[in-house]
Amino acid sequence: MTRDGETDIPRLAPPAALRRWAATRRLWLVAAAVLIVLPFFPGLDSNFGRSLLSQMGIAAIFALSYNLLLGQTGLLSFGHAVYFGLGAYAGIHLMRAINGGLPIPMPLIPIAGAATGLAFGVLFGALTTRRAGVVFALISLGVGELVLAAMRMAQGFSGGEEGITANRSLGPHPFGLTFAPQLQVYYVVAFWALIATVLMVAFLRTPVGRLCNAVRDNPERAEFIGYDPVRIRLIAFSVAAMFAGLAGGLHALNYEIVAADAVGAAQSGTVLLMAYIGGVGTFLGAILGAITITWLQVSLSDYTSAWQLYLGLFFMAAVLFAPGGLAGLLLLHAPLVRKRAWVGVLKAYVIASLPALVMLAGGVTLLEINYRRATQPEVGPRMTLFGVTMDTSTPWPWLVALGLVIVGFYAFRRSWPLVSAAWRRADNAALARSEGGR
Amino acid sequence: MRSTARPVAWLAFVAALCGGPAAADLKIAYIDPLSGGAASAGINAQKHMTYLVDKVNASGGLNGERLQLLSFDNKVDPQESLIALKKALDDGARYIFQGNGSSVALAISDAVAKHNERNPGQEALFFNYAAIDPALTNAKCNFWHFRFDADADMKMAALVNVIATQPQIKKVYLINQDYSFGKAVAAAARRMLAEKRPDIMIVGDELHPLQKVQDFSPYVAKIKASGADTVITGNWSNDMLLLIKAGKDAGLKVNWYTYYAGTLGSPSAIGRDGIGVVKQVSEYHNNALPELDPDAAAFRKRFTEKDDEFGYYRLNTAFLLFAAAANKARSNDPIKVAKALEGMKLNTTVGEVEMRADNHQLLQPLFVSTFSDNVKYDVERTGLGFKTDAKVNARDTALPTTCQMQRPN
Amino acid sequence: MLEIIAFSLLNGVVYGLLLFMVSSGLTLIFSMMGVLNFAHASMFMLGAYFSYQISRWIGFWPALVIAPLLVGGVGAAVERFGLRHVHRQGHVAEILFTFGLAYLIVEFVVMVWGRNPIENRVPAAIDFPLFTLFGTTYPFYKGLMMAIAVAMFAFLYLAFKRTRLGLIIRAALTHPQMVGALGHDVPRIFVLVFATGSALAGVAGVIGGFAFLTEPSMAQSLGPIVFVVVVVGGMGSISGAFIASMLIGIVQTFAVALDYSLLDLLHTLRVAMPSDSPFYAISSIRIAQVAPLIPYLLLVVMLIVRPRGLLGTRET
Repeated sequence: MTRDGETDIPRLAPPAALRRWAATRRLWLVAAAVLIVLPFFPGLDSNFGRSLLSQMGIAAIFALSYNLLLGQTGLLSFGHAVYFGLGAYAGIHLMRAINGGLPIPMPLIPIAGAATGLAFGVLFGALTTRRAGVVFALISLGVGELVLAAMRMAQGFSGGEEGITANRSLGPHPFGLTFAPQLQVYYVVAFWALIATVLMVAFLRTPVGRLCNAVRDNPERAEFIGYDPVRIRLIAFSVAAMFAGLAGGLHALNYEIVAADAVGAAQSGTVLLMAYIGGVGTFLGAILGAITITWLQVSLSDYTSAWQLYLGLFFMAAVLFAPGGLAGLLLLHAPLVRKRAWVGVLKAYVIASLPALVMLAGGVTLLEINYRRATQPEVGPRMTLFGVTMDTSTPWPWLVALGLVIVGFYAFRRSWPLVSAAWRRADNAALARSEGGR
Repeated sequence: MRSTARPVAWLAFVAALCGGPAAADLKIAYIDPLSGGAASAGINAQKHMTYLVDKVNASGGLNGERLQLLSFDNKVDPQESLIALKKALDDGARYIFQGNGSSVALAISDAVAKHNERNPGQEALFFNYAAIDPALTNAKCNFWHFRFDADADMKMAALVNVIATQPQIKKVYLINQDYSFGKAVAAAARRMLAEKRPDIMIVGDELHPLQKVQDFSPYVAKIKASGADTVITGNWSNDMLLLIKAGKDAGLKVNWYTYYAGTLGSPSAIGRDGIGVVKQVSEYHNNALPELDPDAAAFRKRFTEKDDEFGYYRLNTAFLLFAAAANKARSNDPIKVAKALEGMKLNTTVGEVEMRADNHQLLQPLFVSTFSDNVKYDVERTGLGFKTDAKVNARDTALPTTCQMQRPN
Repeated sequence: MLEIIAFSLLNGVVYGLLLFMVSSGLTLIFSMMGVLNFAHASMFMLGAYFSYQISRWIGFWPALVIAPLLVGGVGAAVERFGLRHVHRQGHVAEILFTFGLAYLIVEFVVMVWGRNPIENRVPAAIDFPLFTLFGTTYPFYKGLMMAIAVAMFAFLYLAFKRTRLGLIIRAALTHPQMVGALGHDVPRIFVLVFATGSALAGVAGVIGGFAFLTEPSMAQSLGPIVFVVVVVGGMGSISGAFIASMLIGIVQTFAVALDYSLLDLLHTLRVAMPSDSPFYAISSIRIAQVAPLIPYLLLVVMLIVRPRGLLGTRET
């Protein structure tokens, strides 16, 4: 902390700032190149693969907007999907207008979503951002439920339970693009995702953006230096709502249908999950969280009917053991990689992962057996897991699984000192290198 | 560069997991809720699908191809259903089965039509076995959608025909779920009662939020206060169970004319209090024939949980028609099968059925039955079952349609 | 008319008392530890399921005692082994932990008892009509529910105001650090409060399981409303929670009985509204259709106007 009279905003020497700016530019170009090439990767070049990528892109924008709210301004909201959903409705209605003859090209739909998100963000934000913390969280919960109920009742606007449909290929076709193939929709999503990320990063570099961080860390102090935290929160809230609306507009374009659930608690819960598991407070975290959770939600149900249980356990593990999320875990290793001291740690991880895998295999077996018995008893006691067929009416699978769990856990605990020792060695090596090297 | 290498590596990992090989079987997709509030319906129907797919495969499959069932959980959400649909189509499924939730059915019908338009040569058909919003075979009909359940209006017509023969019914209370299907039921009830029995007074028309109400006692109090002697409701799943429960608690003495009192836990919840007063309209019940339908018997032998009733007899009819159409077209190609299906007639154990060519609505016999303790076959092991009051022949269930179908050539 | 009012009042009071039973525990937990416990309604659900299982093995009356104790045990374990570790990471982490816990409890219930509603029948011992009013019977188990709720309120009120432990807990509500500094074992008090709160929800579950369907999604149906009660009633106030739950219970029940809409009001004022006007749809919404919304409306208004709640001692 600084003494009285000094501010927290750091002053940068021009050469360092310029170097950093150039480096950042490179990052964006690489990201753009990756996005362009991605739909042609093997495994992702099917209709479903591209659809999955589009979904991930939309989720990433949504999660980034939530990160703006929670990670950067410290506002925990349980009703962020309201702005996503309202933006989606605006998008679908605009699409219908285009279907009816309005000469606006489809890629501009997200702008309508963003505008709607912004408008409602200002409207609801003015009422709710006067307090932060738990009070704000509860108000957001209440507002979310109210809007959901209102959507269900306003059948003309929201189509009620069935929702509203539109056709994304019925409109002006700029450059011959009909937006019927999923590939074209993906590029629209990728384009807007890149723009949204650039804008959000830029926003956080502005003085207002910095003040958001200040309000998150110490609102009283922000008041002392002359800024009203309520005002700052309102601005952050509105901007976050705008980007959520942008994501909603893309959602309408991708699915061609918007139903009342788009504003619901499940959607709000999902974005919270994404932001938290990815890592609150970092852009990388929001993106990682969006990708991971989307993939889990879509594909995990193909492998096991207990996927919700695994999702819940995954979430609990993240909350208990990795509060910084996936991004936090990755960034933890960044200094090691930079100082090239990661080999020893990696070896320790590999050794520790073997008993962990054994333990997980046992745990998964127990869960799968139980789940199958409870929800699909008519399939009978025979089941195949990890390539092994077993008869669950006998005690053997249970005992073996339990044994795996116990043995695995014991061995896993024994391997922890190995990992800590490896870390210590790596830390010392890194220290030695940075002191002696240059 | 390093910070971008990680997301790329992650994505490659994702890509590797997403790819899947195509197989040679005929794939059919089943998209319905397997978790959440309506899961009991989806899981029950899934058992029917499993049984019927095995039955078809045991007799050699369709045109030599084995059927493979792919199941997807949509949690009764239109958006989830579209994701599941994309997955199913990508996996190569050409026949999509769905039924729980008219909102989902409308979304799928629309999406399948769009997919077929944009991907000629990869068409898919949508077989709807339980979503009975009339719009699907009227204003929103399309060539790719076939419905195997009598729609809400057809069922109401059957119920009202029975009501018309009961002079002691004077005051009717309507209570339904507040969405397109519930409103369709209420509107049909009003229309048809006005036609057949204009002397009946409709003393209440209630719409309650879908799957949200826990305590129906206020609604039951209203029914009581209105002096109604009969209640007509299209409620399903929890809404049906809780309504009946609240009625039982309050000692409400009315006749219940329902769509779904015979399935998924309702008979167990109703118990002896329902004898003589709870009625349903359905295409089959365990005592519709002198003996159990052979498929119903085989199903009950295979699935022995209490709630495993053969409640979706129409799925059996759907598969019979599907097989017959595939045979007639001598191909499993969706367009050929669809053309063969139009106008097809078939004999089932309950009578003759016909798939209308003009709006793709199946005409099948309907039974209006009453809960009774004097039956040969019970339901859900309660010792109670349904007894037929009236049977309507397939032809007589037909209603006029506003469908203007666009056909592929 | 009188009939409808009488029954709406009766049903409203019962519903309100049920809400109080579930939310009294949460008031304690929220006020004392500042933890927004999303898993509280799950304790309610566990109470219902445990009572069902124990009734099948032993009987209903033992279940009424054993099931809440089991749920209290679960609550104690959750606090001791889970929440305590997450506590130092801040409020957000605590909330998310309980969020995840609620999710996991649902999955656990599905794994053991399946997805379908289970047949949690009212046991024959309490399945008879209590009285008959205007031709409608009122079941005894609802009367039992009312009695238990009132007893709970009396117990909590007396425990809070008259015992030494209650004094310490009340002090910890407004000055938690000072209480710790005075030498009281605050972590143990936390465990006790959490366990007691969960056990109270468990008792509610035993009876509530009969009134509602016992199924895996029963927690998320009741969850948000319980929060509304706690917030509207105010932090640290049992009486506030009582008043809030009665208010919500009665208002919501009465709202269902009212079939009036804005359109009816306009009619009586002789103002015409054409049916193709854009406001027609909104004006024709009846109060009965809006009834489930009322708790959330109350929540938002209360938080904006008076975040302390009706009888709260402090804001957060």
